[in-house]
Amino acid sequence: MDHVRPVPDGAPQGAPSGGDEKRSEAARLADLLRQAALGDEAAFAAFYDATSARAYGLALRVVRNPAHAEEVTQEAYLDAWHSSTRYDAARGSAAGWLMTIVHRKAVDRVRSVEAATARDETWNREAAPTDHDQTAEAVHASLDAARVRGAVATLTDVQRQAVELTYFGGYTHTEVATLLDVPLGTAKTRIRDGLIRLRDLMGVAS
Amino acid sequence: MSEMDVHKLTGAYAMDALDELERARFEQHLAQCEDCRAEVAELRETAALLAETTAVTPPASLRDSVLAGISQVRPLAPEVPASPTHAARPAARGRGWVPFLVAAALALIVGVGALVTQPWAPSDDAERLTAAEQVLQAPDAEEVSVDLGEAGRATVVRSKAQDRAVITTEDMVSAPSGKDYELWFIEGDEFVSAGLMPDAADQTVVLDGSAAAAAAVGITVEPDGGSEQPTSDPIAVFDLTEST
Repeated sequence: MDHVRPVPDGAPQGAPSGGDEKRSEAARLADLLRQAALGDEAAFAAFYDATSARAYGLALRVVRNPAHAEEVTQEAYLDAWHSSTRYDAARGSAAGWLMTIVHRKAVDRVRSVEAATARDETWNREAAPTDHDQTAEAVHASLDAARVRGAVATLTDVQRQAVELTYFGGYTHTEVATLLDVPLGTAKTRIRDGLIRLRDLMGVAS
Repeated sequence: MSEMDVHKLTGAYAMDALDELERARFEQHLAQCEDCRAEVAELRETAALLAETTAVTPPASLRDSVLAGISQVRPLAPEVPASPTHAARPAARGRGWVPFLVAAALALIVGVGALVTQPWAPSDDAERLTAAEQVLQAPDAEEVSVDLGEAGRATVVRSKAQDRAVITTEDMVSAPSGKDYELWFIEGDEFVSAGLMPDAADQTVVLDGSAAAAAAVGITVEPDGGSEQPTSDPIAVFDLTEST
């Protein structure tokens, strides 16, 4: 791990740019995950502490039900621990890797709950997404969040709607097309163009 | 779906917005398309940033459960490169071959089975035929085909007299990674598992269990190893009440 810059104790000297802090935080998380892969439970606990608000918040946003969100988050962390040996820092950030697992599990959960419910009784999903602000009181204020919100705000309305229904709503692109009453090709394009714009604005590169 | 369209699925794939069949098919494409792999990686990273805006502190009990859980599980063994020349390859490429290896292993098992039933000694037709052939050639065979579009085509044949059903697939895409296709006999709103489908594009499989009373056969995508009850809507339903 000699290529990883150690995180200094206390306040960093001078006035570091946000970018440096971000990089060192990303390096720290990747490092914790590598240690976890060697069986270091304390490192995994530190990884949990640094990411659990994002992971649980995402699960909660997608599945809505707090008990389900806890189950999804727990499963995702157990998965992350179990497959920590497969994480490759060259292919993406540790936080991004974790959120991918959380999102997949959250989406699987809403879809399987709906499939089970639809079989038991003919039950129609409420089409309109509920208000985003329902969890706002608990949302952590952070510079990153402000930056992401700023980038999301530059999307066109139709792109933002398509991205949010997909990521937070957990709908398939076919369902998004139906919800928005547009052809599938249009939904596909809005989803991809919206994400690509966010990628470019936030400087995500592989 | 044209080649052009396939590349446009990166965004939906990165946000888990493809249904299981589309996902399986796109993963096959990903195994061969370097550009799409790179774009998916970037878009996943981007999508993950959206979670910054919804952070909520979880209950403290969750931390305890997670830490109690990990203490009972060992992290997976790392993927060891087969040889030094493979070390630098992206893992996705390696993973793409797994279904083929599984398919090859299964083909071997089927091959052995077929050998055993070779007609060394003359005997009547029923003994020479495999279980699948007996159903396919039964006088009372009923057949229903479902076109899965780009994902392939599958046909179910049932013989009530033999109480057996067989499914034959053509060009069927592999189940998504970490998932299996599971077969079901459907009677009313009851689903009875008829076993997992081996991961192969073209195959003939005899369903597990009694087929005579089933009104339909369904396929769902289930977590690896299958489920006792379906956890998702069927990707295909073969309605035997309308069979020919």
